[in-house]
Amino acid sequence: MTETLVPLDEALDRYDPVMGLEVHVELNTATKMFCGCSTTFGAPPNTQVCPVCLALPGALPVVNEKAVESAIRIGLALNCEIAELSRFARKNYFYPDMPKNFQTSQYDEPIAFDGYLDIEVDGETYRIEIERAHMEEDTGKATHVGGSTGRIHGADHSLIDYNRAGIPLIEIVTRTIEVPGEKAAAVARAYVSTLRDLVGGLGVSDVRMDQGSLRADVNLSLKPKGSDVLGTRSETKNVNSFRSVERAVKFEITRHAGILDAGGSVLQETRHFHEDTGTTSSGREKSDADDYRYFPEPDLAPVAPSREWVEELRTTLPEPPAVRRARLQGEWGFSDLDMRDTVGAGALELVVATIEAGTTPQAAKKWWLGELARRANETGVDLDALPITPQVVAQIQGLIDAGRVNDKLARQVFDGVLAGEGTPDEVVAGRGLEVVSDEGALGAAVDQAIADNPDVAQKIRDGKVAAAGALIGAVMKQMRGQADAARVRELVLEKLG
Amino acid sequence: MSEPRISRDDVAHLAGLARIDLSEAELDRLGAELPSILGYVAEVQAVAGDDVEAMSHPIPVRNVFRPDVPTPSLAPADALAGAPASEDDKFLVPQILGED
Repeated sequence: MTETLVPLDEALDRYDPVMGLEVHVELNTATKMFCGCSTTFGAPPNTQVCPVCLALPGALPVVNEKAVESAIRIGLALNCEIAELSRFARKNYFYPDMPKNFQTSQYDEPIAFDGYLDIEVDGETYRIEIERAHMEEDTGKATHVGGSTGRIHGADHSLIDYNRAGIPLIEIVTRTIEVPGEKAAAVARAYVSTLRDLVGGLGVSDVRMDQGSLRADVNLSLKPKGSDVLGTRSETKNVNSFRSVERAVKFEITRHAGILDAGGSVLQETRHFHEDTGTTSSGREKSDADDYRYFPEPDLAPVAPSREWVEELRTTLPEPPAVRRARLQGEWGFSDLDMRDTVGAGALELVVATIEAGTTPQAAKKWWLGELARRANETGVDLDALPITPQVVAQIQGLIDAGRVNDKLARQVFDGVLAGEGTPDEVVAGRGLEVVSDEGALGAAVDQAIADNPDVAQKIRDGKVAAAGALIGAVMKQMRGQADAARVRELVLEKLG
Repeated sequence: MSEPRISRDDVAHLAGLARIDLSEAELDRLGAELPSILGYVAEVQAVAGDDVEAMSHPIPVRNVFRPDVPTPSLAPADALAGAPASEDDKFLVPQILGED
């Protein structure tokens, strides 16, 4: 089916978007939610399974206390109420990613509910209301065999590895988000990004979108301007970068508007986001099979966290994001705009880590918001998905501080590191990037530049120091950029002073 | 008390959700038998007044937890022993979705 897309600004002239975001956070507990199987990533298939997570008859699940603790801490950090009594429920469905034929989740009695998270976009604060945060378990991993593309359609059969089945997840669900249409995509992105920083700060998850430990579903519908009638929503699943969250929102707005403008109706369906094209495609339509017949899990006792435990956990929370940002801004001496840019680029944690690794705040900001942001943008990935760590950024800045490379050469060091050529030192050695500190060679180059540009040299002798730039440029050119410009300037002025 | 109503369509819907292939005759029979089971449940519901808290667990226990300490898992051969088919230490399942 060919879809007519309405340009975003036209769509927003006629419709207001209504969003809902569901984020799954995979906890970093040592064991699964209901059994003692290890959660270590990358183990050989079906080596981290037991009678409980394989649903063998007679197996009895028991709740992981650490997972409950993490769930409560996430709830508290999101300003939620913590339930006095919370129950697990069976979500029944038939799909081989769960051997039980149900997923143990929570239904009408989640561990945490009624919270909020304040986020910032372009210096404005938006309060995103949290409906609930509940505990559940991850599913197994299916590999589809026999199809041409490794996709489920056309596959001959599927192979299942249940190592991931039963790993604790916290699903965080917002209430509907209604913000001015032109802000919607940025708000969705900022929400997921702020949530990532918050949960990451609690130390309860690796929160890596590119590795699946943080996954976002974007629900979106449109309503005609001035109307109170909610449209039918689509659910775009497993959008796995901040940038994709933003693009998925924009794409769905243009797609819904196209359907509505043509007098059609939006299907309530699951959609898949495609990173390469920034578009979504139909997954499956809502059907009878989505009648999950939830009922309370009879094998698990209810969770009734004492108020003492909840209050004790509250004392373990790090400072709230807004307070922390204000503190960091003060410590770093950033302007409001500096801070807004840093947060907006999703670079806050990266800058923090780079400073911890030894750079100045200004240097950390310069690389992440300049050179590295540009490269992330060019390759269409989030900043933290670039193959470079804050520690390596600090090492490269260290090379500059030690006078071994200049800014221009440092950019080539970034090239090399991002291209997988090794550590900064290895890239410098491999590409021969080190600045020439051989005074003899420098002096000769300066003499040559003076000889080649007698007019300029005379101006400097006459006291026009500003003319030195032309000579410095000539020397740098001769040294193929591998000289310390400040030292060259000193030499020029010494010789002509 | 009168038995709760359950239509033949309800039975067919439930059978579909539960992946149970029922014949026409079975649908007719279950359509007649299920209401009597629901009737028993209704009797219990009638006895339990508003002062009786709903239970999800047969014994009144709460907070049964386990420390976050790994315990041994099964060897893959044992884990797969009961599987009808396997390949590369993974469970082999038939085609999940048809071509469409």
